[in-house]
Amino acid sequence: MSFTHDIKSNRLLDVVINENFSDIAPPLSDKQVLVASERCLFCYDAPCITACPTGIDIPLFIRKINTGNNHGAAKEILSANILGGSCARVCPTETLCEQVCVRNKHEEKPVEIGRLQRYAVDHLDPAQPYPFTRAKSTGKHIAIVGAGPAGLSCAHQLACDGHQVTIFEAADKSGGLNEYGIALYKLVDDFAQTEIEFVLKIGGIDIQYQKALGRDISLAQLRENYDAVFLGIGMSDVNALNIPGEQYPGVEDAVAYIEDLRQETQLSNLPVGRRVIVIGAGMTAVDIAVQSKKLGAQDVTIVYRRDKSAMGASQHEQDLAQQNGATFICNAQPKEIIGDESGITEMVFNKTETDDNGKLVVTDNLISLPCDVVFKAIGQKFESSPLGNNSDKPALDQRGRIAVNDNFQTSLNDVYAGGDCINGKDLVVEAVDHGNKAALAIHQQLKQIINQGE
Amino acid sequence: MANLACEFIGIKSINPFWLASAPPTDKAYNVVRAFEAGWGGVVWKTLGEDPAPINVSSRYGAHYGQNRQVLGFNNIELITDRPLQINLDEITQVKKDWPDRVIIVSLMVPCEEEAWKNILPLVEATGADGIELNFGCPHGMPERGMGAAVGQVPKYIEMVTRWCKQYCSLPVIVKLTPNITDVRKPAAAAMRGGADAVSLINTINSITSVNLDTMSPEPSVDGKGTHGGYCGSAVKPIALSMVSEIARDPETANLPISGIGGISNWRDAAEFISLGATNVQVCTAAMLYGFKIIDDLCDGLSDWMDQKGYKNINDFSRMAIPNTTDWKHLNMNYKRIAHIDQDICIGCGRCFAACEDTSHQSILQTGDLGDRKYTIIDEECVGCNLCEITCPEPNAIKMVDIDTGKPHLSWLHHPENPYREEK
Ligand SMILES: Cc1cc2nc3c(=O)[nH]c(=O)nc-3n(C[C@H](O)[C@H](O)[C@H](O)COP(=O)(O)OP(=O)(O)OC[C@H]3O[C@@H](n4cnc5c(N)ncnc54)[C@H](O)[C@@H]3O)c2cc1C
Ligand code: SF4
Repeated sequence: MSFTHDIKSNRLLDVVINENFSDIAPPLSDKQVLVASERCLFCYDAPCITACPTGIDIPLFIRKINTGNNHGAAKEILSANILGGSCARVCPTETLCEQVCVRNKHEEKPVEIGRLQRYAVDHLDPAQPYPFTRAKSTGKHIAIVGAGPAGLSCAHQLACDGHQVTIFEAADKSGGLNEYGIALYKLVDDFAQTEIEFVLKIGGIDIQYQKALGRDISLAQLRENYDAVFLGIGMSDVNALNIPGEQYPGVEDAVAYIEDLRQETQLSNLPVGRRVIVIGAGMTAVDIAVQSKKLGAQDVTIVYRRDKSAMGASQHEQDLAQQNGATFICNAQPKEIIGDESGITEMVFNKTETDDNGKLVVTDNLISLPCDVVFKAIGQKFESSPLGNNSDKPALDQRGRIAVNDNFQTSLNDVYAGGDCINGKDLVVEAVDHGNKAALAIHQQLKQIINQGE
Repeated sequence: MANLACEFIGIKSINPFWLASAPPTDKAYNVVRAFEAGWGGVVWKTLGEDPAPINVSSRYGAHYGQNRQVLGFNNIELITDRPLQINLDEITQVKKDWPDRVIIVSLMVPCEEEAWKNILPLVEATGADGIELNFGCPHGMPERGMGAAVGQVPKYIEMVTRWCKQYCSLPVIVKLTPNITDVRKPAAAAMRGGADAVSLINTINSITSVNLDTMSPEPSVDGKGTHGGYCGSAVKPIALSMVSEIARDPETANLPISGIGGISNWRDAAEFISLGATNVQVCTAAMLYGFKIIDDLCDGLSDWMDQKGYKNINDFSRMAIPNTTDWKHLNMNYKRIAHIDQDICIGCGRCFAACEDTSHQSILQTGDLGDRKYTIIDEECVGCNLCEITCPEPNAIKMVDIDTGKPHLSWLHHPENPYREEK
């Protein structure tokens, strides 16, 4: 039958797809920047600074833009957050800096911090010297595993402090999820790679590609050969639905699909289902739903087992999904996927209710939805096997991620960790913050060792 | 990185930014916060004789722009309302704790030799770096024969300055009032009296607004108001002009200037310095935004200096002076006309109204509703800049130079000038 397993490429013309995947929030014009920057009140003890995980001095960089000092504004941002360019594009600002902007109170519209940040970083003057310099060499050498946002920010800070850094990266490109995971329309024009080039200009950072911890190198080796180790390996596993039918073709891991999408040079080549179900309610669920629509899927339905108020995706993201034509079904828990070795046709759910105590109750009422593709976007999981199997490995926390103290130090005192592989909000900006702070702690620790040696 | 450290009349400062004598420098608590924030120096709020004056409640007024942006600001406060000894003790302590920061003490006592002779040694004993004579305060104090009442009479300025140089070894800065006709006269008087420098401008006589319900000028004190001292970014153009006049006049050209008046960001500061100030004093911007604006002042100035290749403040100080001249020397053969960029123009017609009603009828309106088009009639345009100024879109109207092929010709030598000078 022609309407079962309707998965095919070329659902839309290339020109249409390329237009669909263009920059979702294009750069502000000079005039828009003038108006937007005027709105910043230069608040005292500004709430936005506290809300930004990397503590960028937002009012100050906006004032610098407003007085015509774009280069200075960019320096201000990058000195707190070396990935300020990608954060400006991918941060869910509506739940971070912009959420607490005092302009929301009577005007219901915050200062456009993210977009102003992008403007500033885009206007860093290339004719000026690189804005960061390296301290005198300390003679110390640090190994970093993972060239994602956490690893890169840690590396940059350590390089500034005069240390030598080697990054071991399993993939053949750096950037982590900035390269492989972020929705394409948020980071266009290969921005992740442009930004990494800028980060590496500091010098003293060597990246070794296709070197995976646990496969090509072991933690014990790194600890033996380097003065400290930072783990920024993210989460490489995904949660399973654990229901019948999950093994059939057509049931896909959303993150893996996005990874293929991000690396595809001709998007119309990608296989796209006609009727797509997305299971989940977070950022990844919205991203895969929107990207499926943009690739030409006819029906995209996001199904979530709780009610709408419990969704991980912010209102802004939910609106984005809806504007792009995705629909939501709430209070439906996956029960079974109907299909066979050739593909899937239908997915069955139990309706759920929330009782007076806020507990989710699964009812016997069933609903079923026709589908060609089901995307699983119910969360990623930390994969601990790269850490090794001997007793000499960092302890994990209750959620199964690497346990760290306030200094991002693991149970092994020369091993630090940050980003998605430790417990947190799983955002790029937070990974940058972890990398910064871990670098500071590593620097302090090594300085002590250097001082003792003198 | 550009070096912001500079020297003013022998006083070294980590940057050219001082807080002007005003509420932000009224007591140790504020001054210490300012130093912590990074200000290079302060001019301590004006000290006078005991008993200290008493201030009224309701002291400041504002002149607002759109969206409640404060364009101009005024105050009816008097000099410090705290006892002299408390101020002297605090100055002594703060200077001891912050040896690399500048403290200048502002003074205003009656125009009698004894009064100055008494207070000067007390101030010198604090360890302060210099004194500033407040001859500028336009409200309250002149009614008592001080402040602007002295500053408006050059011979008094000269006399008091001389006493100060006689009874104290500290550098003397004379703060000038703009409430006069020709600012060069009091500056020259200060110089004759031996002043090491002048600072300007103090505030301008002003009433910011009238409450149309109560018919009281603002700020209103129990239904009545009085003129206050106007400051804030609205006064910057007046201050810039006065600074340049002193810097350009051969008689006062070598007199160091501390620039004051509406300096709100690094750009303003750079402009004052390019027109003859050696350092600048800030008050209103700090009162409106807090001491943290020092970060923008310092970083912005140093970023700009880096961009231009200036290593220190002296590299660009007075650089605009040679280009500041009298009208009679301007080139009458120079021509510029407006050009409207149709891609940027939003069709509001403000330029048309301005030019058609009030200027030279040099703009053509064509097209219908939704497709209005405004173009410049090149032959009619006199290059007055009005359309560019009224245009809400930056860059939509640009003034472009037209090559007339004619040589430089000033009014001084213009054939139509009956009093022309022959070259
Ligand atoms: C689909 C999706 C959309 C997202 N959208 C947003 C968004 O819009 N905004 C936002 O702020 N955040 C978003 N996030 C989250 C964000 O991408 C992450 O929080 C962030 O990338 C974490 O940085 P990290 O450096 O900890 O890990 P990662 O970015 O995952 O980087 C880990 C790096 O380590 C490498 N690595 C892994 N294992 C090994 C090993 N054994 N040996 C060597 N190298 C290894 C990986 O190849 C990778 O380069 C999204 C995440 C996903 C999955
Ligand atoms: S990094 Fe993100 S959270 Fe921080 S200020 Fe920029 S946009 Fe906001």
